[in-house]
Amino acid sequence: MTFTLPPGLALQKVDERIMTLNVGPQHPGSGHMRIIVQIDGDYIVACDPDPGYVHRGEEKMAEYRNYITNIPHLERPVIHDSCNVLYPYVLGAEELLGIEVPERAKYVRVIASELNRCIYIMYWLAIYGIFLGHSTMFMWPAGDRELLIDLMEKMTGARVTHAHFVPGGVRNDLPPNFEDVCLRQVNYFEKRIKEYAAVFYDNPILISRTRDTGVLSRQDAIRYGTTGSVLRASGVDYDLRVKEPYDVYDELDVHTNVMKEGDSYARSRIPWLDMIESCNIIRQALQKMPKSGSVRVKLKPNPKTKGLESVYKRVESGRGSLGCYIVSDGKVEPYRVKLSVPSFRNLIALPNLLKGEKLGNMPSVYWSLNYWPVEADR
Amino acid sequence: MSTETENPPAAAKPEVKTPPKPAPKKPEAPPVELPAFEKSISDKIIEKFGDKIEVGFVKEDRVRINVGRENVHEVAEFIRDGLNYDHVESVSGVDYPQDNEIEVVYHIGSYSESSLARQILVLATRAQRETNPIPGNDATKLPTLRDVFYSVEFHEREVFEMFGVYFEGHPDNRRLLLPEDWADLPPLRKDFAIKGR
Repeated sequence: MTFTLPPGLALQKVDERIMTLNVGPQHPGSGHMRIIVQIDGDYIVACDPDPGYVHRGEEKMAEYRNYITNIPHLERPVIHDSCNVLYPYVLGAEELLGIEVPERAKYVRVIASELNRCIYIMYWLAIYGIFLGHSTMFMWPAGDRELLIDLMEKMTGARVTHAHFVPGGVRNDLPPNFEDVCLRQVNYFEKRIKEYAAVFYDNPILISRTRDTGVLSRQDAIRYGTTGSVLRASGVDYDLRVKEPYDVYDELDVHTNVMKEGDSYARSRIPWLDMIESCNIIRQALQKMPKSGSVRVKLKPNPKTKGLESVYKRVESGRGSLGCYIVSDGKVEPYRVKLSVPSFRNLIALPNLLKGEKLGNMPSVYWSLNYWPVEADR
Repeated sequence: MSTETENPPAAAKPEVKTPPKPAPKKPEAPPVELPAFEKSISDKIIEKFGDKIEVGFVKEDRVRINVGRENVHEVAEFIRDGLNYDHVESVSGVDYPQDNEIEVVYHIGSYSESSLARQILVLATRAQRETNPIPGNDATKLPTLRDVFYSVEFHEREVFEMFGVYFEGHPDNRRLLLPEDWADLPPLRKDFAIKGR
């Protein structure tokens, strides 16, 4: 076996010095996955990610259930981003079944989707904080996340797994007085997360640990087909809410956050900027939303599609572009459902980013990829 | 695509004596106007490859190209070099036991070409399906596109373990998601049934 060693290391007998280290799957620094790293002293010389410990066969299960009963289990890959992970499936099913969604439902979906994005990113940020040994950054997001979870609870009735989006709209209309509560909470939330800059993002310790580690060049980010915050941290201006707007995103003013550095610091800062942008989007949506009207087109039981067709829909989730490819053969169940998930797409960058890094930088590089193991495995 | 055709219900019940109603006159469907930009993409591919490819559909933001397994590599190279698509978003296998084929669908997008930001090019090819598969050692094989699009590496590994489609030339055809001791059929094939269903 040959290894590319970091510069400055000239070795006579490579094999005797290389040690193989299994990080995970039961390790707080990896989540439900294993990363097999080979280290030479303190430097990683090779890395082989081994996902699959939480593979649940969501795609197979989807072939046995109809378009409506697929909803609760297809949001399981990322339960705290459940609206977004379901979004492309619902959009695809609507196109196949030929349903027009009421205007108000589209706005409710956008609000739910943006709230969910913040909830996801707060969870991710909490873990990123504790990975780096920054306990305050674990406690603060975990606590402030509750504000938005309470909002989602008011909206959907469930705190985490909402199952709120259905083909034809959303399950329920907003509760009375929701708009005012939502505006107040979101304004407070935005003020609150801006305080994170002083304790976390401007913290010299964080900067020294994440600056210039795991640098992903713009060219490589495109070549690996990465997406979401990883792509935008490498200087590619690509956000599906702007580039391929779905539902009512074309009527809203969405700003794409881009950074040029491509290091762990940029990758950890982009999601935080995205949360502030989400607050802007929610405020716009609350303002432009029709004040009354239907939010759901009722479907007949067991709706059928027209015949053999396929559809590929994608949305911008908390981690990046999330695609859903549905093949239908005119029966009540889809013939094939494939989720193309951002975590799985970003995983390919991991071995290339870790090569030549110090072992101590592994958590900061790994989690900055905005990776969610359960989603990657499906 | 599938060869399934639905029989009209009148043919299934020949004993009904009532004279068949005259079929309601369908309003003349207006000639479908294909979106111009998408049409220009498919035209470029047709111009280059002619009969080797077949255009599956041209819809808004989506163009589908069906191609035989012997030409898929060549077509993918043209899509990258001639049309500026630069990454693969998704590689999906779809099992068609009635055709005795397994379809592999690449969804290809572009970050670097701003006019293609909305576009997804769907490249579909088909591999021969084996009734008793021995993954890696039977005729279910396709050329890999990993040397054309680096981003397919993990996606093709997933298709290999889930459908048994071996990608010739792929540098790393190990298992990715399934357990190491999995000894059953590739699980996303249609003949692998969930227990109790």
